[in-house]
Amino acid sequence: MTLRDLKPGQAGTVISIGEKGPLKRRIMDMGITRGIDVKVVKVAPLGDPIEVNIRGYELSIRKDEAAQIEISVG
Amino acid sequence: MKVKIALAGNPNSGKTTMFNDLTGSSQYVGNWPGVTVEKKEGALRGQKDVIIQDLPGIYSLSPYTLEEVVARNYLITEKPDAIINIVDASNIERNLYLSTQLMELGIPVIMALNMIDVVRKNGDTIDIPKLKEQLGCEIVEASALKGIGTKEVAQKAVELAKSKVSAVPKHTFSTEVEDALAKIEGLVKGKTDSINERWLAIKLLEQDEKVMEGLPLDGETLKAVKDIVQECESKLKDDGESIITNERYSYISKVMKQAVHKKSGTKRSATDKIDAIVTNRWLALPIFAVVMFLVYYISISTVGSMATDWVNDVLFGDIIPPAVGNFLDYIGTAAWLNSLILDGIIAGVGAVLGFLPQMMVLFLCLAFLEDCGYMARIAFIMDRIFRKFGLSGKSFIPILIGTGCGVPGIMATRTIENEHDRRMTIITTTFIPCSAKLPIIALIAGALFPGSSLVAPSAYFVGMAAIIVSGILLKKTKMFSGDPSPFIMELPSYHLPGIKSILIHVWDRSKAFIKKASTIILLATVLVWFLSSFNWKLQMVDTEYSILAAIGKVIAPIFIPLGWGNWKAAVATVTGLIAKENVVGTFGILYGFADVAEDGGEFWKNLQGEFTQLSAYSFLIFNLLCAPCFAAMGAVRSEMSSGKWTAFSIGYQTVFAYIVATIVFQMGSFISGNGFHVGTAVGLLLIILLVYLLVRKPSEVKEKKAKAAV
Repeated sequence: MTLRDLKPGQAGTVISIGEKGPLKRRIMDMGITRGIDVKVVKVAPLGDPIEVNIRGYELSIRKDEAAQIEISVG
Repeated sequence: MKVKIALAGNPNSGKTTMFNDLTGSSQYVGNWPGVTVEKKEGALRGQKDVIIQDLPGIYSLSPYTLEEVVARNYLITEKPDAIINIVDASNIERNLYLSTQLMELGIPVIMALNMIDVVRKNGDTIDIPKLKEQLGCEIVEASALKGIGTKEVAQKAVELAKSKVSAVPKHTFSTEVEDALAKIEGLVKGKTDSINERWLAIKLLEQDEKVMEGLPLDGETLKAVKDIVQECESKLKDDGESIITNERYSYISKVMKQAVHKKSGTKRSATDKIDAIVTNRWLALPIFAVVMFLVYYISISTVGSMATDWVNDVLFGDIIPPAVGNFLDYIGTAAWLNSLILDGIIAGVGAVLGFLPQMMVLFLCLAFLEDCGYMARIAFIMDRIFRKFGLSGKSFIPILIGTGCGVPGIMATRTIENEHDRRMTIITTTFIPCSAKLPIIALIAGALFPGSSLVAPSAYFVGMAAIIVSGILLKKTKMFSGDPSPFIMELPSYHLPGIKSILIHVWDRSKAFIKKASTIILLATVLVWFLSSFNWKLQMVDTEYSILAAIGKVIAPIFIPLGWGNWKAAVATVTGLIAKENVVGTFGILYGFADVAEDGGEFWKNLQGEFTQLSAYSFLIFNLLCAPCFAAMGAVRSEMSSGKWTAFSIGYQTVFAYIVATIVFQMGSFISGNGFHVGTAVGLLLIILLVYLLVRKPSEVKEKKAKAAV
């Protein structure tokens, strides 16, 4: 499953990032790397983007980009 | 000897506050060459020979975003004597990521552990000696907002710069990566001068195109490097860039475990509590509406407009012109000089300076929203709507402010980080009718559509539609496509901004506007004044016998397809470029009324003789959408910081206005039963063109080019 599938309040561990190039680098630069825990905090009022908590800070990311981030739960 | 010290750190790490504290009032604000990224430098307080260079706030030194490239180029080519790395101690994990990259540059680095007071308040502890040992650089605890530790940081940075002891990174990568790096280092050793070899080896492992472009390496070496990289990549089953990023963060995780101790039992932070309300599913939009209303109300409707009205009506109405007029009479200057000074220069400059109070109040509000952290939430809330037509969540603010005045609207695009989004917002913001366009609407509505209450709302609708259509259409052109422009944005912790920072910010903006915009505007207004006051024999005449009128008669045919090829309308449109209010006034003069009401009630009859409802509406649309007034053009120029982009922006608006007005007139006259003729065909073709531009596939941009462009 991907980060997009998580509901607010749910957390998971990053397995891989599907994107390539600049977008992948950007996602990783912001601290979303393999093995890190990420928790979905909330969804924006209009349904997109989502807010996640990672490495102790809040990050907002569009669902399309979240769908590129493979996650394992539990 | 001059010492150059660069200030580097993440956005929201308190870098600006630190910079203000270090440099005081000696700062100089400009742009980095060729881009709209802001460049600030200043002398260290009390030490004139120490220059502090503020770098853009960045998360990484990757080759992809403009800010990162600008910062990186500066660090590599200009080689500052030392770097002060500002780290938000309350968000240390991600902040250290940039630190690991800065440490590799071969430049002395000192770390300012900013917001240390927040960390202490939270009950967390950071083991400074341990952190020093793990990172390999000097660390000073600081709180820029409270002025703690900044002097010490600066002093140590100067000492470090003078000692020229480069940072030696303590972090290492996995054995596989270190092996590969050692091999690459061996290959390039001695072949590139002055570039730190370890740094270069890492960039080569990442296959960083920007770095590789400029290297004096032969094909053979590059091939050998590529082989090493591929071997390493297949061993670790990832691309070079990701391997390095991953390992940086694993190293940081290790450091975190040893040196940073978070108080157990995570209490909800103040930011979480605020966000529970401010970005709440149901409350977010109403709260946003209230905030926007307040900003608009304070800056455009009340405080700002009171000050602006005073400057316009009293200072540049009742005080300066009569005073200067009397003075000129007293010394007995020629009539033309009187007119140049009073009608040309004072009227023109006054029109520009009149915006200043409004702008300053607005900047104050925006700086507050930006610094406290709410701006990021606006983007979070509004992104969904605006990205549909190629803009970002932050484009909403300029457009809203643009309903008051396009000048501050355009200036408000500063808060949009992405350069493409920013440019596109600048181009489209003035489509929304500003308050100076309201008299034109009132004139047309009153004269040709008596009793209809639909004209004014339709003007806003046309403006909004023009923004949406342009957004979609421009996004598909080569200029704006191909930008990855991901929406991956930090939602920073809320905090109360420092008053000093905000005031400095407002002052910088205002100064820049006066300087840049007024030079252009002054020239333009003097030119239009000249054209409208003289005839070809250079005798002073009334506007209707002037060069401008003659030009109006020549260019009037251009507007025949739009349905209003009479020269008076053409001249009115041209004078509208000084200020849109002039359109009504010019009509007044040309129809022989010296003083007219704001909606030009006196000459509605004349207008009814020369316009049909349809041609009047086409006139309205053209004047609403075409190039804005000189003040706004000046703002476009100063925000684009590029003559080419300014020309494109104004050209696009005018052509777009022309096309839309033609379509409206031609289709309207066909529908109202005037038969099918050439004009109708042209109108149809233009519709087809517009629809094509809207639905066509976006311009293909090669992956490589996209990378190089950003």
